[in-house]
Amino acid sequence: MNAPGAVRPASGATGKSMPLQPGHEAIASKGWLGAHKWLIARRLVQFTVLGLFLAGPWAGIWIVKGNLSSSLTLGVLPLTDPFVLLQSLAARHWPAAAALTGVVIVMLFYALVGGRAYCSWVCPVNVVTDSAAWLRRRLGIKTGKVPSSATRWWLLGGLLLASAATGMTVWEFVNPVSMAHRAIIFGGSAAWLVVIAVFGYDLLVANRGWCGHVCPMGACYATLGRASLLRVSAASRSACNDCMDCFVVCPEPQVIRPALKALNGAGPIIQFPECTNCGRCIDVCSKNVFRYAHRFDQRSA
Amino acid sequence: MSSAPSQPGRRRFLNGAAGAAGGALLLSLGVGFTARQAAALPANALRPPGALAENDFLGACIRCGLCVRDCPYDTLKLADPADQVAAGTPYFEARKVACEMCDNLPCVKACPTGALDHKLTDISKARMGLAVLVDQETCLNFLGLRCDVCYRVCPVIDRAITLQRRHNERSDRHAMLIPTVHSDACTGCGKCEKSCVLEEAAIKVFPIALAKGMLGRHYRKGWEEEEKAGGSLIGDQTQLPARRPEDSPLPRGVLK
Repeated sequence: MNAPGAVRPASGATGKSMPLQPGHEAIASKGWLGAHKWLIARRLVQFTVLGLFLAGPWAGIWIVKGNLSSSLTLGVLPLTDPFVLLQSLAARHWPAAAALTGVVIVMLFYALVGGRAYCSWVCPVNVVTDSAAWLRRRLGIKTGKVPSSATRWWLLGGLLLASAATGMTVWEFVNPVSMAHRAIIFGGSAAWLVVIAVFGYDLLVANRGWCGHVCPMGACYATLGRASLLRVSAASRSACNDCMDCFVVCPEPQVIRPALKALNGAGPIIQFPECTNCGRCIDVCSKNVFRYAHRFDQRSA
Repeated sequence: MSSAPSQPGRRRFLNGAAGAAGGALLLSLGVGFTARQAAALPANALRPPGALAENDFLGACIRCGLCVRDCPYDTLKLADPADQVAAGTPYFEARKVACEMCDNLPCVKACPTGALDHKLTDISKARMGLAVLVDQETCLNFLGLRCDVCYRVCPVIDRAITLQRRHNERSDRHAMLIPTVHSDACTGCGKCEKSCVLEEAAIKVFPIALAKGMLGRHYRKGWEEEEKAGGSLIGDQTQLPARRPEDSPLPRGVLK
């Protein structure tokens, strides 16, 4: 279990002895805090968002009402999830003004900061699947079968068709993301089983299975952020020492290579909409190859 | 044919895509059927005021719970996946907490999608369900007592529930006052079911679709048509002589 091979993919790297966990070198060079900066920031944001939703029911401080499907902040700011509203539209219901305003605000925001920033900075299931991925790495679990990462796109389309055919928002009957959030905020017991199922799936069946391959909500957000301004850049890619740590921690490892290795003359900006802008690659890189940038920033060294 | 190097890659891609497509579409189909089955509303679950017809409601409600939050009496709740109501949708059970029928309709106003119809501005026009006196064998008024609780608590007293006097055949000397629900005024708030003094309520509020019958569309009520037309539609009728023994009296109500 402690063999290096158990925790990292075959890298074809230099043959020198490799540290056990990704980020080891980064911790050595930048300190623990420096190697977890964005991870801590993300957890802070995730739990702050949850805290804002919970302040009402738990402490009677009503800053945000509702849940991630639709909410009202300070009685004036509506926010609505695009995928759930798309299902509703497919079911041929034209929503009232509040939901429409809310969805426009959400779409504009994520079109700017990267659609899947929702996944890594807001969604409560991210904490669940990140934990599963961490544990899977720790325990060296290699079992299971990963579905094609195109599954989510087909699911996105298929579920909209199913919504149109049934006249109902079909995914919301089973959606682990909205169920988890509702269970936290409104209470509920059975919803936790769904969350545990997602954890088990990611731990035992498919590495990064749920968020990286199946979740149609993530696919919808990815579509939104297709042309987002905020991106991760492999700006100092010439400093890369092929340690592979970024590939190991990345929830969507296929997005890194073209930018990092300048494949076919690719610029340093990670252009894939699947990139969640989580910043873990920035954290774990001991050579400081990555940083946040805007999509037109083609500077690289 | 000739560009051999690209072929294995393309085949692998097509295989992968077919797998993903097949799996995802199968899953969509499964979820669609699951949704259809999970969409049935149990008889004791009532939707908030202004809720669209159940099928439309399930296309419009995005399960955000804003109506639940703005309900001042904690009547509404969101369904847990273990409940029999579609997961995450708002409902209430009249026997537990009835709707207080707020004049300003906070739950309807809170709904961001219009699953609770914003056109509803008068709570007395809400139709959350319909009260039905389901058990005449246990209802105390049917037993000849004067309970009247459902009638007394009704927020639309004397219009949604009236007491209809009837002869008590058992004692043959008393009256029974029968609680009678009128669908043109009953909002389905559930106060009657909540307050019924029996162990199990004799009067219950059901979703309208369950509680209400419907006449054939072609049916006409003769007496209404007659009133509309200002007279009989089939002209004067011939009065036939009643055949009876010479000196026996006419039964009551028969025309001479």
